[in-house]
Amino acid sequence: MTRYILKRLLMMIITIWIIVTLTFVLMKAVPGSPFNEERTTNETVQANLEAHYNLDEPYIVQYLLYLKSIVTFDFGPSIKQPTETVNDLLGRGFPISFELGIVTIIVAVISGIILGILAALRHNGIIDYLAMSFAVLGISIPNFVLATLLIQKLAVDWNLLPPATWSSPAHMVLPVIALATGPMAIIARLTRSTMLEVLTQDYIKMARAKGLSPWKIIFKHALKNALMPVVTIMGTLLAGILTGTFVIEKIFAIPGMGRYFVESINQRDYPVIMGTTVFYSAFLIFMLFLVDIAYGILDPRIKIHKKGGGE
Amino acid sequence: MEKILEVNDLHVTFTTYGGTVKAVRGVNFHLNKGETLAIVGESGCGKSVTSNAIMRLIPDPPGKISNGSILFNGKDLTKLTEKEMRQIRGVDISMIFQDPMTALNPTLTIGSQLIEGLRQHHKISSENAKKKALEMMDLVGIPNPEVRMKQYPHQFSGGMRQRIVIAIALICEPELLIADEPTTALDVTIQAQILELFEKIQDTTGVSIILITHDLGVVAKIADRIAVMYAGKIIEVGTKREIFYQPEHPYTQGLLKSVPRLDLKGEKLTPIDGTPPDLFSPPTGCPFTARCPFAMEVCDKVYPFQSELSDTHHVECWLQDERAKQLLATSAAK
Repeated sequence: MTRYILKRLLMMIITIWIIVTLTFVLMKAVPGSPFNEERTTNETVQANLEAHYNLDEPYIVQYLLYLKSIVTFDFGPSIKQPTETVNDLLGRGFPISFELGIVTIIVAVISGIILGILAALRHNGIIDYLAMSFAVLGISIPNFVLATLLIQKLAVDWNLLPPATWSSPAHMVLPVIALATGPMAIIARLTRSTMLEVLTQDYIKMARAKGLSPWKIIFKHALKNALMPVVTIMGTLLAGILTGTFVIEKIFAIPGMGRYFVESINQRDYPVIMGTTVFYSAFLIFMLFLVDIAYGILDPRIKIHKKGGGE
Repeated sequence: MEKILEVNDLHVTFTTYGGTVKAVRGVNFHLNKGETLAIVGESGCGKSVTSNAIMRLIPDPPGKISNGSILFNGKDLTKLTEKEMRQIRGVDISMIFQDPMTALNPTLTIGSQLIEGLRQHHKISSENAKKKALEMMDLVGIPNPEVRMKQYPHQFSGGMRQRIVIAIALICEPELLIADEPTTALDVTIQAQILELFEKIQDTTGVSIILITHDLGVVAKIADRIAVMYAGKIIEVGTKREIFYQPEHPYTQGLLKSVPRLDLKGEKLTPIDGTPPDLFSPPTGCPFTARCPFAMEVCDKVYPFQSELSDTHHVECWLQDERAKQLLATSAAK
């Protein structure tokens, strides 16, 4: 197990290094610089600024400097908001984005699984049809459309919930609904289909033959087996939810990380681009790692620490 | 002898898009305490459906027990609610499934699958439940039970898994054990071991067994009585001796002729020609008519009455009718 984790850590570091390199190349390939604005800057001032941020050095030196900043996790101050360091921005924005993302995932997973189980148990019944129509809608409506619709109806027309910003649990409701609906629909459909398959298995019949209660059969015997595919797509869903927050944060004026991420690219704020990219990718890779660990816990046949071992 | 189970005129139907399948069409049999009854017949004759009906495990819809009664210790199981039935499954009647590779849940340890039935039905501490589970594993012949309890099904071989399935079925000390083709999925040497295990269990616990199988070799080894099923009906029933040495129904005779025998080296096996009838619209007469070498005109039109050849040996065939016997005698005389 320890060996496996060490191996995975090494892979993660290599992945992040590749992402950093690609980001650096793309950053430099895009024309423009943080100091290209409408007003013309004095050439000497421009040169001084560039020298200050080491932008006059050859690319290879700049690249190494970036690598150094990543290893020490010190990205320096933002070019556009020089009073704040990148770490300040992350420290302020990330907890909010994280809260939004985690609440969304919890809501999506729990409601998706419940909906999927209900649909499977009432296969071809009215609940099944309702749940699956709802799921199709959830998958097909993009979250930004849903978000604006929710704001218009629930916040503006009916005045039930606050339309934007981030200060109380009530403010959380609309963005979480907007973000969670899509993943929930995917999880519900997947849970339903795997559940239907699992319920026909011999071990479910055997569990019934033992005289177990329906609850025990569903939650102890069926669900654990039905969750495998759900765990598999969790990795992709996580990525979707995390990147999806950029748009949702913008719509709901939530002061999370998404804003800095998008703005930094528009403004060529190199340290912020680097900082947010590395942070996001490291976070995502770590989440995927957790998903892999979850596999091993759910299904004992998957031995993550032994390659090609067992049947 | 005391009857533990009595099945009367059992009908099971399945409603499908193609029509209604009459899988079991009026089955009658009984089981005495402590004996082993084998129900034999080819695939699709309704033997598994019968056993599932006793456990009330027929998926409804599409399946339904449309008529008849199943008396277990005098209580009609067909009249019980699902909740009452749950108090009987696993406690009074247990079932062993055909394929041990799929009958165990791959995500739960053997120990938890053994114990959960016990804890569902009895108020028992986990300590005592574990002790009981160890005893059961010992009874079914699993070495090193302490370690094995913590393992998962994929760490067991097929034969070992079937032993576990048997242990699970027996842990609540049921009065009746239904074994649905318990050795079909195993290889021959393991089959013999499992059959010996059945004999040992019956000796130690006195459990009554219904053995569903199409393997006459298995039947010869452990059954006391045999019921032969064809197209949803029991066409002949008798003690093992009666069925093996004096089979009266042409189908039973055909079945016995199609079994390979070591002592008849060089002789060709005689299979039964044709296929069983379509159970969407079963024939009104004897369902075996089309394949029967002795078919008479009446066979196709009217289902035969039951003839009692002895207290234990019953057969449903027109050949047992006095008129048919006379006819055969006169044609033999000519």
